[in-house]
Amino acid sequence: MLYDIIILGGGPAGLAAAVEAYDEGAQNILILERDLELGGILNQCIHNGFGLHTFKEQLTGPEYAERYINQVKEKNIPYMLDTMVLELEDHGDTKIVHAINQEQGYMLLETKTAILTMGCRERTAGAIGIPGYRPSGVFTAGTAQRYINMEGYMVGKEVVILGSGDIGLIMARRMTLEGAKVKAVCEIMPYSNGLVRNIVQCLDDYDIPLKLSHTITFIDGKNRVEGVKVMQVDEHLKPIPGTEEYIPCDTVLLSVGLIPENEITRDADIAIDPRTNGPIVGELRQTDTPGFFACGNVVHVHDLVDYVSEESVLAGKGAAKYLRGELKTDANFETVNGEGISYVVPQHVCVDNLEQDLTFYMRVRNVYSDVVVNAVIGDEIIATKKSRKFLPAEMVNFKIKKEVLEKYPDGKITFRVDPKEAKK
Amino acid sequence: MKKDITCISCPLGCQLVVEKKNDDYIVTGNSCKNGIKYGIEEMTNPRRVLPTTIVIRGGLHPRLPVATSDAIPKGKIFDAMAIINQVVVDAPIQLGDVVVKDLLGTGIDVVATKSMPKVS
Ligand SMILES: Cc1cc2nc3c(=O)[nH]c(=O)nc-3n(C[C@H](O)[C@H](O)[C@H](O)COP(=O)(O)OP(=O)(O)OC[C@H]3O[C@@H](n4cnc5c(N)ncnc54)[C@H](O)[C@@H]3O)c2cc1C
Ligand code: SF4
Repeated sequence: MLYDIIILGGGPAGLAAAVEAYDEGAQNILILERDLELGGILNQCIHNGFGLHTFKEQLTGPEYAERYINQVKEKNIPYMLDTMVLELEDHGDTKIVHAINQEQGYMLLETKTAILTMGCRERTAGAIGIPGYRPSGVFTAGTAQRYINMEGYMVGKEVVILGSGDIGLIMARRMTLEGAKVKAVCEIMPYSNGLVRNIVQCLDDYDIPLKLSHTITFIDGKNRVEGVKVMQVDEHLKPIPGTEEYIPCDTVLLSVGLIPENEITRDADIAIDPRTNGPIVGELRQTDTPGFFACGNVVHVHDLVDYVSEESVLAGKGAAKYLRGELKTDANFETVNGEGISYVVPQHVCVDNLEQDLTFYMRVRNVYSDVVVNAVIGDEIIATKKSRKFLPAEMVNFKIKKEVLEKYPDGKITFRVDPKEAKK
Repeated sequence: MKKDITCISCPLGCQLVVEKKNDDYIVTGNSCKNGIKYGIEEMTNPRRVLPTTIVIRGGLHPRLPVATSDAIPKGKIFDAMAIINQVVVDAPIQLGDVVVKDLLGTGIDVVATKSMPKVS
């Protein structure tokens, strides 16, 4: 059988892309998911705060996921669980997906298009190189989240968390509620990488200290963690001698960042952007290899699932357009990150493919107030994004009207942080 | 009485100071009027939605995610945890099923936030 679309991963990105592609007329779709259920990482994110943009309600992760899972089931879109995708092959008009599961064994599935939605994974202690033995009791925050929230296995009693990303903050509260003592959250940067609401509701509410400009320099203990050495760092992030503090604990959680999961993408020779660690994509999330699309955390790490859903609708539309032979391939614009911006998605734009205004997603490099983000073509500012404050932790979504983009034939769109114009 | 509160109504995160003067509350440090509302509420009646898990038998996983159907007084969170931690349910469960009625006399229920079919 030749599928229209095979979707690699059944998280929020894969589900939203499937639903949209189906509604756009592509009906021969298959979702492949390695876990025992659909929903992706949301299944372990039991806290609330999801869906404020999409549903105008505060949902928990599983509730948000279930809304999309129900749509997939109502439309009878087929999916295979407990099925791992191993490899992708590109043969022009046909693609071959290598996948494996217990029932069917090794499968070679043929499809006209594939949408990559494998999500991201967490950086580990190895990835950041903390000295010390490798005793038990060191977990990534997401692994601990899964153990506690899904398996019901408590990972420790006295905890120090390294990194103030949202998952670390959420886990500080979660472990406190389950009776653990969270002694500190250490953040090497002078600002937190988490959302303000999480700092307030997860740390301040429970009097958990947030140590900014601090890092763990040593993990003590041979079999089980016995404590950590924490030091203050200078502006070059180097530990300052004399600031050592020993904190006894039995558990260390690492919340030191997420990396898009792109082994399969790389093996298929799909071009990767070193800034995002994800595939280079266009306005409808087409990759540089025709017929392959990508969306969600596999493209760039999102902090809000609402934006994942929004982006995935584009990929679903794109795949359907490609199947109808309507997807134009000549991009007019390339996007460039200027001063203060670390990346921009999409990396290129073909205005003819746009049905509506286009949202560009980007991150700033620093904490800024009294600035704007400008989109610039040549010497001309074509659009401005205002906000009272820009934080690296909060992705900037910058919508530019289709009519505005149509005024310019082609070229580079540079996004940059500029000082706010003085009020006249 | 005086209290430092971070406003979370928008990403700016203003550092508010809320002060009680006679029967009035005075909020300073806010950059907009939403901060006044938030500051007074947070001072007089802070509330939070409580998401957690309970034991489920016969489901895909050993734990079922649940949450209070509305925000409960912040001061009752640990008492609420003690009650919710006693609850055991059997699969199947539908999203929205009530697992604790009228938690601690607040009139607020604890409900399942995920459907979990029975697995044999
Ligand atoms: C630990 C953790 C906690 C997070 N907490 C929050 C939060 O609190 N709030 C928030 O808004 N965002 C959170 N995020 C970000 C969150 O990942 C996104 O909001 C959203 O879930 C991303 O959707 P996705 O579909 O791109 O990825 P995922 O949800 O990760 O889904 C990817 C899916 O692909 C499957 N998959 C991967 N590789 C393969 C393969 N080879 N074969 C078959 N299937 C495969 C995975 O099993 C998974 O189900 C968190 C991320 C992580 C890692
Ligand atoms: S006071 Fe207004 S501007 Fe300041 S954080 Fe609250 S809502 Fe935002």
